[in-house]
Amino acid sequence: MTKKQRKVLIRIIISAVLVVAFHFIPVENPYIRLALFLIPYLIIGYDILRKAVLGIFHGEVFDENFLMAIATVGAIVLGEYVEGTAVMLFYQIGELFQSYAVGKSRRNISELMDIRPDYANVEQGGQLVQVDPDEVELGTVITVQPGEKVPIDGVVVNGTASLNTSALTGESLPREVAEGDEVISGCVNMSGVLRIRTTKEFGESTVSRILDLVENSSMKKSRSENFITRFARYYTPIVCLGALVLAVLPPVINICMGNPADWSRWVIRALTALVISCPCALVISIPLSFFGGIGGASAKGILIKGSNYLEALSETKYVVCDKTGTLTKGVFEVTHVNPSDGMTADALLEMAAYAECYSNHPISKSLKTAYGEAIDSSRVTDVEEIGGHGVQAFVDGRLVAVGNVKLMKQLEMPYAVPKKTGTEVHLAVDGQYAGYILISDVVKPNAKAAVRGLKEAGVRQVIMLTGDAGRVADAVAEELGIDVVKSELLPADKVTEVEKLLEAKTGKEKLAFVGDGINDAPVLSRADLGIAMGALGSDAAIEAADIVLMDDDPAKIATAMKISAKTIRIVHQNIVFALIVKFACLGLGAVGFVNMWWAIFADVGVMILAVLNAMRALRYKD
Amino acid sequence: MKKNYKIEVDCAACALKMEEAAKNTEGVKDAAVAFMTQKMNVEFEDGADVKEVMKKVTKACKRVEPDCEIYL
Repeated sequence: MTKKQRKVLIRIIISAVLVVAFHFIPVENPYIRLALFLIPYLIIGYDILRKAVLGIFHGEVFDENFLMAIATVGAIVLGEYVEGTAVMLFYQIGELFQSYAVGKSRRNISELMDIRPDYANVEQGGQLVQVDPDEVELGTVITVQPGEKVPIDGVVVNGTASLNTSALTGESLPREVAEGDEVISGCVNMSGVLRIRTTKEFGESTVSRILDLVENSSMKKSRSENFITRFARYYTPIVCLGALVLAVLPPVINICMGNPADWSRWVIRALTALVISCPCALVISIPLSFFGGIGGASAKGILIKGSNYLEALSETKYVVCDKTGTLTKGVFEVTHVNPSDGMTADALLEMAAYAECYSNHPISKSLKTAYGEAIDSSRVTDVEEIGGHGVQAFVDGRLVAVGNVKLMKQLEMPYAVPKKTGTEVHLAVDGQYAGYILISDVVKPNAKAAVRGLKEAGVRQVIMLTGDAGRVADAVAEELGIDVVKSELLPADKVTEVEKLLEAKTGKEKLAFVGDGINDAPVLSRADLGIAMGALGSDAAIEAADIVLMDDDPAKIATAMKISAKTIRIVHQNIVFALIVKFACLGLGAVGFVNMWWAIFADVGVMILAVLNAMRALRYKD
Repeated sequence: MKKNYKIEVDCAACALKMEEAAKNTEGVKDAAVAFMTQKMNVEFEDGADVKEVMKKVTKACKRVEPDCEIYL
């Protein structure tokens, strides 16, 4: 509890005790009775009355302070001392609870997103000193001990450690780093002491940029939030006027009809209506829901730059994906080994790896990785590169030719045609065809689940754009269950394709583009929603995208959409629930079925329920 | 030019009013108040005197919500 809140609590207690005490003291003189009750009333209500008066002078007549002041002063004028004080008392209890609950929710969410490091260890005169990360200059060597956060981006100078990146990526698997590796701020060192030379200033470091992004996310407001702003602007004055009419019109009619005016009854009803009508529940729960949704997403490694994007995500019907790096790993791997008769798969790989052992080509590297054992280069002699075709070499004294189809044709070797797609590497040993190895860009393990997840989340069409050859693209699309494929595109073509799709869609439907942030900044900014993945450390992608996935797991897109849908659902629930309860109570209040106590529930109770409901947005389980 | 200010405001409705007040201040191009993070983001008109404008913004906000605080 803050100091302010504690002060209010003390006022509530004193005032409540006094009201109860005075209630049981029999005082005959009405003036003394009034004077007595004014003590607890002023103790609990002086700030509200002050604000109400200030509001009138400032032209802010119809705010909630005004509502409460009029309602309680009205009750006291009518001689309802206990009720008048009690209404003020309960209003303050409600406000206190609200401020406490909202403060707690805010802190919960903020803590979830708090990756801000408090200090950096810098060596000064042979001793480690803790300094403000802001004051660490570029190129300083900082020390990160086990259990500490890496405060600033840099390169490991010495030491090895495993880093927990879960605060950044939502990924629980630790990352091993050693000398020469780049480390990003925000990771937690779990073992070993690291000495890191900073390569960025604190303000430019990953952690600062992410914090900036998250903290500014509530500045970009969603349509629902704007709706409430507009709503509140008209709602309060209308309700006040309505209450005024309710207080004056029926008694006036009574007088005209020759009946007793019955002022007190109608004024009390009007005051009840004023208490009910406070729009707090709406005004507070909607931004809180969005904030919770954004917070919950960031705990999963999904950064959403604004409530408006979270809202748009729930309306996304078209998802356009880049292939390489988004759905596939973007690295070459041996995917298939097909030896001819008389040859084993292992032997084929060994031959290929040895023959290619001097080359640094990505294909040679993937062959060596697939072979997996250390290469003893003394076994290889007379290596001859055949440009554009492949390599010939003697391995263990046997002539090995490794290369593409052209090489086989040149050697007049009959070769097998692979059924699967990929880059083909054929081998001939001692003039005999030995088989082929397929190398291709590997589909990410959860890419298929990701596409399925998108469909479940309500996406109508998943479209893949790629610069790759049609056959490879089609194979990937079929494997993943993608609806439309556009292949052999240049980077500029991707923008054109996205623009075509944007024109074709209708109404509120939104189009999201997912890329790995390399070369696709123009598309990211052109789409309704730009989603960059694996974007840690890529400034351009973080700038251009509306949503940033911290790791490169495509399944996170569906997760984000589900979080968005849940948040929107909660927002709608709150709007509908609050309005129904308020209007029901207002209606019943006007005809006299609802007393002050119900009115307090309609105000404070609804607000508390709405806040509790809003907090659900924070929690999302897969 | 855009600047971020830390603010203190107790209720969400008041935050909305502050936003409105800041937006209507001379020299302010656009303004946004985030109740959740207790921050105010102000975009100034070109060539506006930030200090002067913020004084006016503070005054305007105090008018609509006497209990608010803007940390300049």
